[in-house]
Amino acid sequence: MSLIGTLLGREETRSLTMDQPHPHSLLDQGTQGVIGRPLDRIEGPLKVSGRATYAAEYPAENLAYGVLVRAPFGSGTIRDVVADAARSVPGVIDVVTDYPTFIRNPQQGGEMKAPTQGVQKVDYHGEIVAIVVADTFEAAREGAALVHVDAEPAEGAYVFAAHRDQAETPPPDQIPPTTSQGDVDAAMAAAAVTVDATYTTPSQNSAAMEPHASIAHWQDDGTLVLHGAYQMVASDQSQLAAALGVAKDKVRIVSRYVGGGFGSKLGIAPESVAAAVAARKLARPVKVAMARQQVFDATVRRSNTEQRIRLGAGPDGRLTAIAHETLATNLPGEDFFEPAGIGTHFAYAAANRLVDHKLVRLNWLLAGSMRAPGEAVGMLALEAAMDELAEKLQLDPIELRRRNEPDQDPEKQVPFSSRQLVPCMDKGAQLFGWADRHAAPASDRRGEWWHGMGMAAAVRSNMLQKSSARVQLTPEGRAIVATDMTDIGTGSYTILAQIAAETLGLPLDRVEVQLGDGAAPPSAGSGGSWGAGSAGSSVYLACELLREKLAKAMGTSPESMTLKDGRAIADNRAVDIAELVGDGLSALGEIAPGKQEKAFNQASYGAHFAEVKVNAVTGEVRVERMLGVFAAGRILNEKTARSQCLGGMTFGIGAALTEELVHDPRNGKVVNRDLGEYHVPVNADVPQIDVHFLDERDIHANPIHAKGIGELGISGAGAAIANAIYNATGVRVRDYPITCDKLLEGLPG
Amino acid sequence: MRFTINGQSHEAEVDIRTSLLDLAREHLGLTGSKKGCDHGQCGACTMLVNGRRINSCLTLAVMHQDDDIVTIEGLGTPEALHPLQAAFVRHDGYQCGYCTPGQICSAVGMLDEVAKGWPSHASADLDAVTLDDAEISERMSGNICRCAAYPNIVDAIREVAGERDEVAA
Amino acid sequence: MKTFDYARADSVADAVAARGRFIAGGTNLIDLMKLQVETPEKLVDISRLDLNRIEERADGGLTIGALVPNSDLAADPRVIAKYEVLSRALLAGASGQLRNKATTGGNLLQRTRCYYFCDTAAGCNKRAPGSGCEAIGGFNRIHAILGTSDQCIATHPGDMPVAMRALDAVIVTQTPGGDKRRIAIGDFYRLPGDTPQVETVLEPGELITHVELPAPPAGRQLYRKVRDRASYAFALVSVAGVVTMEGGKIASAALAFGGLAPMPWRDAAVEAALVGQAPSDAVFAAAADALLAGAKGFGTNDFKIPLARRVLTACLKELTR
Repeated sequence: MSLIGTLLGREETRSLTMDQPHPHSLLDQGTQGVIGRPLDRIEGPLKVSGRATYAAEYPAENLAYGVLVRAPFGSGTIRDVVADAARSVPGVIDVVTDYPTFIRNPQQGGEMKAPTQGVQKVDYHGEIVAIVVADTFEAAREGAALVHVDAEPAEGAYVFAAHRDQAETPPPDQIPPTTSQGDVDAAMAAAAVTVDATYTTPSQNSAAMEPHASIAHWQDDGTLVLHGAYQMVASDQSQLAAALGVAKDKVRIVSRYVGGGFGSKLGIAPESVAAAVAARKLARPVKVAMARQQVFDATVRRSNTEQRIRLGAGPDGRLTAIAHETLATNLPGEDFFEPAGIGTHFAYAAANRLVDHKLVRLNWLLAGSMRAPGEAVGMLALEAAMDELAEKLQLDPIELRRRNEPDQDPEKQVPFSSRQLVPCMDKGAQLFGWADRHAAPASDRRGEWWHGMGMAAAVRSNMLQKSSARVQLTPEGRAIVATDMTDIGTGSYTILAQIAAETLGLPLDRVEVQLGDGAAPPSAGSGGSWGAGSAGSSVYLACELLREKLAKAMGTSPESMTLKDGRAIADNRAVDIAELVGDGLSALGEIAPGKQEKAFNQASYGAHFAEVKVNAVTGEVRVERMLGVFAAGRILNEKTARSQCLGGMTFGIGAALTEELVHDPRNGKVVNRDLGEYHVPVNADVPQIDVHFLDERDIHANPIHAKGIGELGISGAGAAIANAIYNATGVRVRDYPITCDKLLEGLPG
Repeated sequence: MRFTINGQSHEAEVDIRTSLLDLAREHLGLTGSKKGCDHGQCGACTMLVNGRRINSCLTLAVMHQDDDIVTIEGLGTPEALHPLQAAFVRHDGYQCGYCTPGQICSAVGMLDEVAKGWPSHASADLDAVTLDDAEISERMSGNICRCAAYPNIVDAIREVAGERDEVAA
Repeated sequence: MKTFDYARADSVADAVAARGRFIAGGTNLIDLMKLQVETPEKLVDISRLDLNRIEERADGGLTIGALVPNSDLAADPRVIAKYEVLSRALLAGASGQLRNKATTGGNLLQRTRCYYFCDTAAGCNKRAPGSGCEAIGGFNRIHAILGTSDQCIATHPGDMPVAMRALDAVIVTQTPGGDKRRIAIGDFYRLPGDTPQVETVLEPGELITHVELPAPPAGRQLYRKVRDRASYAFALVSVAGVVTMEGGKIASAALAFGGLAPMPWRDAAVEAALVGQAPSDAVFAAAADALLAGAKGFGTNDFKIPLARRVLTACLKELTR
């Protein structure tokens, strides 16, 4: 708790629940002129000079190093962790096991309860079961390699194909596993043209560049301070406290800089609990950074999927039936399912609809959220199927989509808060030169390469989460924004500064943003693309209240006051804001979702265009160029928003072409557990990518009228590439990723 | 052992197994160089040793007696950025920032390689190298950026390389 | 990583007398030591020996010091001009950072990237003789289709050695007894058979000091590598080729392959099917038949058989153009 917060006692708070549209936004009335502009990241100089500090980079007195020990088998019960040899390594302090407390599975994002604990039972190869602590990293690493895990092996389920017929319907969570309208089977039987195709996608790994890391430091008052790599500090604190059996207010997580997340750092990971347990036992701070192989083994994966898409259409291309049935996988007892059909609920009109998800239980590491859970892989299937349908109908893929544009949410029968899919496609077609595409596949051969173009739609549901922030105005006339919101590369630091600067009329360099500290007001965190809209609104609301206080101090009303360049102007007077602040002003802003969430379908939209070339000899695919056109409400910073889209689209390249986490059929182990063999795109795989935003405001979303953008860019991106590959070669690969071996046989001569 | 790092002479007594990366991060407080994989598969640890870019995770500190080592901290400070650092900020050549120090050190080394006329896999003619986008991408492919700032990284490097050419001309 | 003794050698004589494991670039050895796949008791640092020059010999060939980094070798004007296949192979490998550190001698000895070899929890006859081969029956997309045994199906992952195989390089060593040996690259590697842990004919403590390239070959040269990423990935299939034409017929052919076998692969039967023939689809098919006569897939690497055929054919078209 900050000093000011404590002194003020009950802090003045501006709360808003989004029950009503919020048509007026101070961001449209600001005169500072910083909102939306492509400004450089305010933390940029720290990052490029190596001065931004990530989880494992905080100094601590008497620091010990921990290295984690895995269970080297797929399923069983531990009899003993034999650690004598490890203990005898010079420098090793202890080998710590605590079966009940160590976490078996990391936790999903946003949960407030403890993760699944208890590591005497081993459910997947690589489960973390012990920690070796030493004076040096080198000694701990040597010790960890000497620990022998003695276990009673058990039967496990390691092969998807062998267990796919035992799929079960997961319990309804926030996302219902099944919805249906009308009669899909009958509509398919009656349809003039149909597509019935099954697509598969493999397990994937977020592979954020910073491996999960923690420094656990118990304070004299019994509080744990954990420098960690987390996306959602407040709920992660709850999870960690519950796992450790301490009160929630006895855990403070600090995540000032996070080296990428993409979902993998939403919930508590094993190294945090292990570090905290060891630090408590040894009464000294312990640092644990997971090895890259352990990140692959024992954090979280995106589930593999098998998706059957059925589309039925009339001869005019109007859909009468859409069905999207998904099999996903997860560990026994874990109910998260990859919601691959999430975009299918509202992407296109059709009277008869079915979206269904089932879970296959496997002894593979936990499946959870990775960038755009649902759309990321669901659109690989849906949008490829739409391409297949367009070809059967001899319709341009954009025209097919245009003809199936719903005028309201086709399931819930509520209006869209905004929907610019068609304008996105039209703008993209114009910018990309879509008219130059050869409609017939395999018609553009240049030397050894087949060229082709493809497109796909992007949809992504928009969400608002409860979020709060404190904004202080200092006697010097500077603003300090504090929230436990994180910046995992998204641009949070910068957009929150821009919102405060715009609403308070301050130059950007007079705004300081403090993020990632669990002692600050709790935020939505970085997940689900809700960070900008949620945390941004909380800052906005705090600033709105501060404006009222400034107006009061000036003896005027906020409406008749203009704030610009650190000065307040009203009634023919202009005064320095510092003169109005007194000993300092502080306000808390709180946003919460409300009735607008259900009254409107809120989503962001886009259209992807890709040109690829496919080698006629080898089947190697190279992406030549890509364009994404997006409509996602107000763009708060055109530079960081564009970067988010570049990142999402590149994830799409990886999903389409190279990324596949392979599980060994005999023990479920991740076989390609490093960055040498799990192929995320490298620089040479990524062409220059164009990103274009359509102007939009969403008054139903939040008072800043912005919607999420971090996940929109991946939605459909890979499908555009797959469709381009088909256009280039005439080969339709429905088993992602589309590696060269899958194209070889079908390549035209 | 004795070595020079960022222009300062150091003496250090470390475990024989300590990598150059861990020496910097854990013993010298130079945490700018990052550990992304510890196996030469991501490039986040890239440093310049005697002017050449290398993966500091795959070399033992003890093998660098008398070497001249430059890390990201030695290239510039937040107040006085190296031209490449400034270009990365301007072009948003990063997002989370974790691969960034390695990208920048790698780019510094890479531009020196180009200046020496070294070809790459992307060079049609091994004798005459011109630094187009394909060349930059290929030469920077040893630095993975999962946020995928690649197009912006290419923009930043192209700009600085262009400025150098103008100065040289 | 286990601890070890460390000694820096000041001369080749010192190095071989030290009776330890040599380390120079370290890019592969330290990688594997961290995984405890390699556990040397003593490292002998040879990185400062005077073996980092490339010299022309009277016969027109080049003598390459074992410590010449991959980058320097690839960029050497004499290599670019006369041995383009070698430059191309080097530049197709790894990354700029790794090539700056990896050495000529070390790269010849690069160990397999087999997933199961790299994980001490898995059975691997190469790493732990007698523990089985989990690549057989497992995921073997990157594994060999030629020269395998029921003990090991790992590939040699290198690019440079494939080009050197096509160029008939000679590996020069110093034995612990102080003798100098010259080993043709064709005799240097050993197939896994029942002893996959033995990969070359080097004796314990024998040090590679140089690699000799014969006088530059006439004809056209190429190196083609197929991989899953556009860069920074190991070969699924690679081909190093040197072909000369005379009077519309193939006068000589040297073809070596990466990604297919436990060693840089070269098969006289492939070249015999080509030499003396006018290039044609039928001739190229005969060469591919010869290459793949004994090929055997293990499931996920089956595609390498048709892929190798297609790549070889395309390379031959290019080389005989």
